[in-house]
Amino acid sequence: MKLFVSEGNPHCLKVLAALEVAGLQCDVQFVNHEEKPVPFLSRPCLPALLLPNGQHLFSPNAICRYMFEVSGQECSELCDQWLEWEATELQPDLLQALHLAVLQGKESEATQVLAGPLSYLDQSLTRGTSPFLTGDVLSLADLVVCAALHPILSAPSLASGEPNSVRVWFDRVAASQSCVSASHKVLQGKGLQAMRSFMQRQPAPQSGQCRGGTQPCNNGPAEDEERVVSQEEMEAAAVTWGKGLNASTAATKRLHPILPQDGKRNILLTSALPYVNNVPHLGNIIGCVLSADVFSRYGRLRGWNVLFVCGTDEYGTATENKAREEGLTPQQICDKYHTIHASIYQWFQIDFDFFGRTTTEKQTEIAQNIFWRLHKNGFLVEDTVEQLRCEKCQRFLADRFVEGTCPHCNYPDARGDQCDKCGRLINAVELKAPHCKVCGQTPVIRSSKHLFLDLPKLEPQLEQWLNKTTSSGDWTANAKQITRSWLRDGLKPRCITRDLRWGTPVPHPDFQEKVFYVWFDAPIGYVSITANYTDKWEQWWKNPNQVELYNFMAKDNVPFHSVVFPCSLLGAQDNYTLVNHLIATEYLNYEDTKFSKSRGVGVFGDMAKDTGIPSDVWRFYLLYVRPEGQDSAFSWADMALKNNSELLNNLGNFINRAGMFVSKFFDGCVPAMELLQEDKKLLALVGWELQQYIQLMDKVKIRDALKHILSISRHGNQYIQVNEPWKKIKGGDAEWQRAGTVTGVSINVACLLSVMLLPYMPAVSQTIRDQLNAPDSCVSAMLRGTGAFTRVLDAGHRIGTVSPLFQKLEVEQIEALKKRFGGQQTPTQNAASPHSAATLPTPPMDVNAGADPEKARQLTQAVAEQGEKVRALKVQKADKAAITSEVSKLLELKKQLTLAEGKSPEPTPVKGKKK
Amino acid sequence: MALRELASLEKYLGLKKANKYSTRGDKKVPVLQNSNGPPLVGLISIACHLVNEAKRPDLLGDAAEDRAVVHQWLEYRVSKLDGCNKDESRIILKDLNLYLQDKVCMAGNHFTLADVLMYNGLHPLIMDLTFQEKERYVNVTRWFDHIQHGSGVRHHLPPVVVLRNGIYTAKHH
Repeated sequence: MKLFVSEGNPHCLKVLAALEVAGLQCDVQFVNHEEKPVPFLSRPCLPALLLPNGQHLFSPNAICRYMFEVSGQECSELCDQWLEWEATELQPDLLQALHLAVLQGKESEATQVLAGPLSYLDQSLTRGTSPFLTGDVLSLADLVVCAALHPILSAPSLASGEPNSVRVWFDRVAASQSCVSASHKVLQGKGLQAMRSFMQRQPAPQSGQCRGGTQPCNNGPAEDEERVVSQEEMEAAAVTWGKGLNASTAATKRLHPILPQDGKRNILLTSALPYVNNVPHLGNIIGCVLSADVFSRYGRLRGWNVLFVCGTDEYGTATENKAREEGLTPQQICDKYHTIHASIYQWFQIDFDFFGRTTTEKQTEIAQNIFWRLHKNGFLVEDTVEQLRCEKCQRFLADRFVEGTCPHCNYPDARGDQCDKCGRLINAVELKAPHCKVCGQTPVIRSSKHLFLDLPKLEPQLEQWLNKTTSSGDWTANAKQITRSWLRDGLKPRCITRDLRWGTPVPHPDFQEKVFYVWFDAPIGYVSITANYTDKWEQWWKNPNQVELYNFMAKDNVPFHSVVFPCSLLGAQDNYTLVNHLIATEYLNYEDTKFSKSRGVGVFGDMAKDTGIPSDVWRFYLLYVRPEGQDSAFSWADMALKNNSELLNNLGNFINRAGMFVSKFFDGCVPAMELLQEDKKLLALVGWELQQYIQLMDKVKIRDALKHILSISRHGNQYIQVNEPWKKIKGGDAEWQRAGTVTGVSINVACLLSVMLLPYMPAVSQTIRDQLNAPDSCVSAMLRGTGAFTRVLDAGHRIGTVSPLFQKLEVEQIEALKKRFGGQQTPTQNAASPHSAATLPTPPMDVNAGADPEKARQLTQAVAEQGEKVRALKVQKADKAAITSEVSKLLELKKQLTLAEGKSPEPTPVKGKKK
Repeated sequence: MALRELASLEKYLGLKKANKYSTRGDKKVPVLQNSNGPPLVGLISIACHLVNEAKRPDLLGDAAEDRAVVHQWLEYRVSKLDGCNKDESRIILKDLNLYLQDKVCMAGNHFTLADVLMYNGLHPLIMDLTFQEKERYVNVTRWFDHIQHGSGVRHHLPPVVVLRNGIYTAKHH
């Protein structure tokens, strides 16, 4: 056992005294204040005790307690209570008192600081009849508290104010041999000054309020550091403010077709094409369409000439299978799901200039043109591939539609691409006893000729272009990194043809009955969708000098946009516009698991509107947790929290208060404003946040920029709180005028907020401007250039009717939703029983092990009911979209029923992955 | 907050008899009313009392050294962790991360009261961390996730999402 102490450190007094009382053998080492005897602590922490088992104690009371226990003196409950009081109540005050007395010489203030704890001590001592804190004999409690107070109470200059009972008790304990000798060792008779060098090394104590006060600091908002505003900034902000609206910045109306214009920043913006037969989940929505929508709205506010296109990706095996499953043709499936997608995005207010699809004639025309150009330029090579073909189904089998015995471990249910038992990758033709997953027939091996895009040949061109575009454009870090790793591994020729029917036909006579592989075909969708929007599509797509192309996607799609598609376009040698800015998000999880359609976990696009939560609030929360730079998670509880704390109590509260003051105190007319220093400071603070917002948005840091909007309303709330216009309005002329200025400035901040919110929450943004009766021209005025917070609503402007913008999300409501969308997974909250094994989220269910008779019974009932509903709608000849959506619910229920009955479901298409 | 924490501890310990609590002073120090004696004051004191009442001395450590380590962290919780500011919280996480690098629980390999109180005290800090920070304090996060899911102490606090796969394997900046 080894004890580390330092001279002049008041905390060492008690451990030395305790050591002496306990009478233990222990090596005591005096070290300097900076010594760090405890290896894992980054700051010096003395005293410290090295235990025989190699562990360290570094809290003084824990050390004392241990010494007493080892010497056979157990610590009573009452004694422990005193130790806790000493550590939590006495020490903070004591530290402050020592700071004042030792470093600042303010001895009378030091005595005042200690008045509270000393009077508590007095009460305890006078209430009982015993001479010591815990009874008739000296205990550890006396020793610890006395040693703590020793430096103060034994200093002649300070010892005067303490209650008599405390003095009597202190003298009794301090006279003990152990205290005297400990004091001698630590203070060496130098009194307070002995602690000078120690105290100088301590951080200045926080004033009593903050430490453990009503609001612990670690719960406060993270951005609470006040920014210092200079005089120049304030004056500049006041000048900008005074300029008012400039008539020339009137908003320009969007006229279709939008085409590139000279002298403007022309931005072509695409969002990854969602695969048609999956209903998109929240992760898909935030990853591409929503992020792209925010940026396109922002771009228009900035005065850029933006064209935003997207559409459904419709060709491929998955669509063919879905069609077989539902007994429809692939075209019917696409029509049906395209409508579902379009209506979901409409509900989320995704403002596409054009939302198209890939199954069009333009697609065939453009894809075949690019193909012929690649062919002519010698970038296509031919090769033979061996494939399994099911004669009964009359088709070649994709890897996941063939099963058989693993050639490595003889596991009977190995899949065509991988064995679930030994985990080895398998080439489908190597499977023993292969069978078609759909019909069970044994497939035959057929060799088939295919065309490959010669990526190695295009690699030098690609690298040259990548070096240029990634350094001049805004590529997210993950996009650059994924691209780099693809290049580092070396490019191989990639097959562009498939033995399928549902696809763009390959026009080459040697490859009839083949279609293009989706990865080759789908990105061409961006071009063909634009061509369906305007005949002059080449002005966008073959105009790299005038057009900047932004691609939005989730990170799994990066290689197709940064390597493969650019290679197709480079090889075509047709002056195509290539991506300048590649914006990729990470993944969004659902609570602490993944979104899963088959397990019914998570919120899917079509369900969001059934929650009763407005589209704007969904947008806000998804953007607030946008997986920007790192994975993030959707959480119901967090959504409720952000809605209630940020939207309701911060943003909504500020805007509503500002509006209410104008309505109530000034008859709905904006009052005259006479700016004081304080107002200019707010203008400067708000102006700075606005600039940050613009800088971040220009770099597509959508989530980070949102924080600055919320900071502005936080500044605004504080400004109102400090200036109390509701009180000043009742005062004299000067006060009344002050109330007017604060109200006028606040209502203008509200107007600015409505503009900054527009990309995120378009409906709320419009509502605010309607309530303020703000001119349309303000929308673009404030976001031009580096941003200008200017007075839009002048004195005398009449505002509209003000009403609350947001609603509270109640706990019960959220709990119900959480349950509804939680799927079959075990809720982790049930980990309540003590000592239960760690409850991990349920692994993806083995479909065959999923039989659940009770659930099956419920689902049978639900299927029957839903079937009735669909029939009724059809009889009523209801709106087609309504029927479609009910039908899809029915199908989903049927699928769940199959699972619950423990049957193997239809071959499930791969989720979420496209191309 | 301290009262909810104690109520949750009672639940965990399986104590049936309802205790009466109140708080004292600006800091809302918890007070346990005692029918046959003076009231008990302070979070640690009450928590230890409840553990004794539930006859679970193992939660305070088996040997004297273990008990000392448990008390060390209990004291740390109320004197260092509670009320720390943002800068201090980062140092605390850094230190704990180093401390927990070779430990399953706060006091070595056995679950103790120190885990319960440190978990409760760290909860607001961990809630605020980004995924990148959680990864930086990976040992703390691992311990925290273990406690929140595995021990049955999380009654009154929302779960914190912890990703098991490292997404920042390379050190950034």
